[in-house]
Amino acid sequence: MRPWWATPAMLAAVGIAAVLMPLLAPLYYVTLMLPFMAYGVVLLGFNLLFGYTGLVSFGHALFIGIGAYTGAVLTTHLGIRQMEVILLVAALAAAVAAAPVGALCVRYVKIYFGMLTLAFGMVFYTFLLKFYRITGGDEGMRLLRPYLLGSEWAGFNKTAYLVGPYYYYSLAVLALATLVMWRIVASPFGLCLRTIRDNPVKAESLGIGVPRYRWYAFMISAVYAAVGGALLAPPTGNVDPTLAYWTHSGNVVFMVLLGGFASFWGPLLGAFVFIFLQDTVMSVFPYWQLVFGAVLAVLVIFAPGGLMGLFAPRPVPLASERG
Amino acid sequence: MILEAQDLRHRYGAYVALDGVSLSIRENEFVSIIGPNGAGKSTLINVLTGALPPTEGRVRFKGRDIGGIGPVALARLGMARTFQLVQIFPDLTVLETLEAAVVSRLGRGLRLFASLRGDRAVRAEALEVAELFGLADRAGLPARVLPQGDKKLLDVASAFTLRPEIILLDEPTSGVSTADKHAVMEILVGAARRIGLRSIIQVEHDMDIVFGYSDRIIALHQGRVLADDTPAAIRADARVVDMVIGRGARMSGSPPC
Repeated sequence: MRPWWATPAMLAAVGIAAVLMPLLAPLYYVTLMLPFMAYGVVLLGFNLLFGYTGLVSFGHALFIGIGAYTGAVLTTHLGIRQMEVILLVAALAAAVAAAPVGALCVRYVKIYFGMLTLAFGMVFYTFLLKFYRITGGDEGMRLLRPYLLGSEWAGFNKTAYLVGPYYYYSLAVLALATLVMWRIVASPFGLCLRTIRDNPVKAESLGIGVPRYRWYAFMISAVYAAVGGALLAPPTGNVDPTLAYWTHSGNVVFMVLLGGFASFWGPLLGAFVFIFLQDTVMSVFPYWQLVFGAVLAVLVIFAPGGLMGLFAPRPVPLASERG
Repeated sequence: MILEAQDLRHRYGAYVALDGVSLSIRENEFVSIIGPNGAGKSTLINVLTGALPPTEGRVRFKGRDIGGIGPVALARLGMARTFQLVQIFPDLTVLETLEAAVVSRLGRGLRLFASLRGDRAVRAEALEVAELFGLADRAGLPARVLPQGDKKLLDVASAFTLRPEIILLDEPTSGVSTADKHAVMEILVGAARRIGLRSIIQVEHDMDIVFGYSDRIIALHQGRVLADDTPAAIRADARVVDMVIGRGARMSGSPPC
């Protein structure tokens, strides 16, 4: 058994490191933290669906895309540049889109659920690609630097803005998203989701309305993805349809498998390792997907619990584990 | 009259699984349904619990038609069931399993931001049921590591946690070793009394259990009620003994269908 303080101590250390990083680490690595924090938010939501409810979405890039394009549309077309407004509208837009999509998808499970989410993702991707008057087609759209907490941060050049105010803003959003998700998984609702993951037939016989819970989880997860997507776009200053492409959804699944979906913290670790590993591999070898494909194969075969699974104390086998 | 079925018929294509079954369950009754494989027991259970709508006929629970209403609505109305093949949540602990049932019964499942750990009412009730079923010392273990008998008890315990008025047990002792069967039944009947459960219906193959606990026995044969009477009368009924029970044979340890 790990002592009770192990997790809080680890979190405190990670939190302090994250706060100090812009002051100590090379700028390049600080900028790499930005996509990590954005994906961190996405993955927290994704894992509510995957790790806690037992549904694998292959179309989560749809909601990342909604979040990112919300920022672009608001800042370029509508002249609204407050990040708080962008995040709020992104969350609302995702909820509005996820309500009908989710209501349909959660009637199916396993591969059918996955394929249906994939299909909706592709529909949105095609919309972004073909309706170029609104979306800019494959060129995408520009996204102007958002105001943070009402300030333009005019005295900061782009890099200073990103490694300074924007870094801490992202960190705060990630911390808040983590806290809220922590509460959700530890709530009666979170427990009901886990009963559905483990055995939907039994859950229903206990009076738990499976489709409704899955639907709620789907919507929460979509809102998280959109908030993450809205955080992801400003550092590049541009959005394009690949944000909503299915390979992007695949990356999200990969990150969760890498970190370990059985653990609350696994997805965050997965996002972190993915971003930094991708950067390292790309700098020495242009075909990073080749390396990542091999990593995925090794993971699934030798470490299905992901990186967190390597740390987790093994459950004591007390009896035959049949059934 | 808590549960009443009138002239139930159910067909799967050309095959007639239920061919005019009528029965009624009164309050405070322990009723066993027996019958050979293919007699229509599983279909009857599914119709009685609203999982399958009958092709013809009606099922009424507390006067309300429950034909095909589904498991969630059934649980809300106050009827619970367990399954022939044990149904557990493998990665949830014993306590979490029971807490989930309490949460569902109290309608607190959609509390998204409340703390489960801080909900003393839920915790206390789950612990109480664990105690009742002798599972308290294993409350922190994940269900998958429990021995088979305890899994069965947990399955039943979680259904009891809903505090139903009536419970339908589909082979409560199947998969449990002969030596443990009576212990399981004793715990179950004792817990039923403590929880205030009024009526129990069970489908069971083990004739020791059937005759040891029932107030009334309903024998099914080829989709019809062959006999519906007290254990003593059933034992004296030559047709039932021939067609359902078997001469001198106990049908314990029946193969899973």
